[in-house]
Amino acid sequence: MMTRKELDLWVGIFAVIGIGAILFLSLKVANLASFSAADSYRINANFDNIGGLKVRAAVKSAGVVVGRVGEIRFDNGSFEAVVALDIDGRYQFPKDSSAKILTSGLLGDQYIGLSAGGDSANLKNGDTLKLTQSAIVLENLIGQFLYSKAAEGDGKK
Amino acid sequence: MTRIAELLRALGARIVNTWIWRLGFACRFLWLTLKESGPSFRRFHLTIREIYFAGVLSLVIILVSGLFVGMVLGLQGYDTLVRYGSSEALGVLVSLSLVRELGPVVAGLLFASRAGSAITAEIGLMKATEQLSAMEMMAVDPIARVVAPRFWAGVISMPLLAALFSAMGVFGGYLVGVQLIGVDEGSFWSQMQAAVDFREDILNGIIKSLVFGIAVSWIAVYEGYDAPPTAEGVSGATTRTVVTSSLAILALDFVLTALMFRGQ
Repeated sequence: MMTRKELDLWVGIFAVIGIGAILFLSLKVANLASFSAADSYRINANFDNIGGLKVRAAVKSAGVVVGRVGEIRFDNGSFEAVVALDIDGRYQFPKDSSAKILTSGLLGDQYIGLSAGGDSANLKNGDTLKLTQSAIVLENLIGQFLYSKAAEGDGKK
Repeated sequence: MTRIAELLRALGARIVNTWIWRLGFACRFLWLTLKESGPSFRRFHLTIREIYFAGVLSLVIILVSGLFVGMVLGLQGYDTLVRYGSSEALGVLVSLSLVRELGPVVAGLLFASRAGSAITAEIGLMKATEQLSAMEMMAVDPIARVVAPRFWAGVISMPLLAALFSAMGVFGGYLVGVQLIGVDEGSFWSQMQAAVDFREDILNGIIKSLVFGIAVSWIAVYEGYDAPPTAEGVSGATTRTVVTSSLAILALDFVLTALMFRGQ
């Protein structure tokens, strides 16, 4: 039979490596440390159509993740989607920056691309982006293509 | 007509006497265990002893199976992903399937068969050899002294074991994917980190394993305490623990998954 000290030691080791595994999962697998919401600021962007954008989708500028989509809601006054973007406080963007909804790859996730403008003043918490470009909806694109083809065909006759 | 009524009556009696009666008794037993839990925390060395038997001794089987499950996921996942030219997403596949599902569920099943059966057999044998009655004679409450520490040891050990299983699995996937097959190490980790969310995935996995821990420990101590005090009774109770806990884990997993991941 083991003494109580040995027992305590083994259970202590078990607890430490168990908590170590949880820390490994949170820090290395989920990357909890890299982006915290504490030092971020929130800006809004209105879109006609957000396609399949989801909350927590990435906000990228020049391909670098600079923030996350914090909230998506529908504005019943202008009938537009209002997307709140939480931008990492380390990154500042000019006031006339523009946002568009892009897709990574052909079938990948949708994310928001921020393009910096030329204004000398920077965006602050609560500002709204003026220039936005909606998501490209594949069905609309195909519809337009067919329509233009049909119009071409009519012209030839 | 009377024959059909007779059959229905027999069926009803069976359901009430075996299932509903036992379920009610199990619920009362859980309440009693929770009420008598004070000593398991005031005299924590009682629980530590049981954590040793339930948790530390399950470490080897959990770590080895976690490693192999992760390695198999790495091989199979790579085989499928490479057809779509997205083998870099291997890290996402391995980590998400482990953290969300396989970690809690397989660790729970292993825990039920490794530790749950041992708890049932131990308590059942204590009852069969009248050790529990002897304790009552000495004014020691067997639920507070024997049942509650084992229950809490299971509840504490299970989330730690599931986290270890997932961590070992991710490491196994890394070994096969990056070291053996040669997936790019940077994209393996970075895509994983971009796709796995702390609250959505890790925390939900921990909640799942905690719920499985409660279910398995509850079933194990109840079956042990309820076992008929014979050799046959104890063996039957041990089998029932493994079968019932496995079914409970899989059913609870479906319910929890349906509640947690509704795909927004």
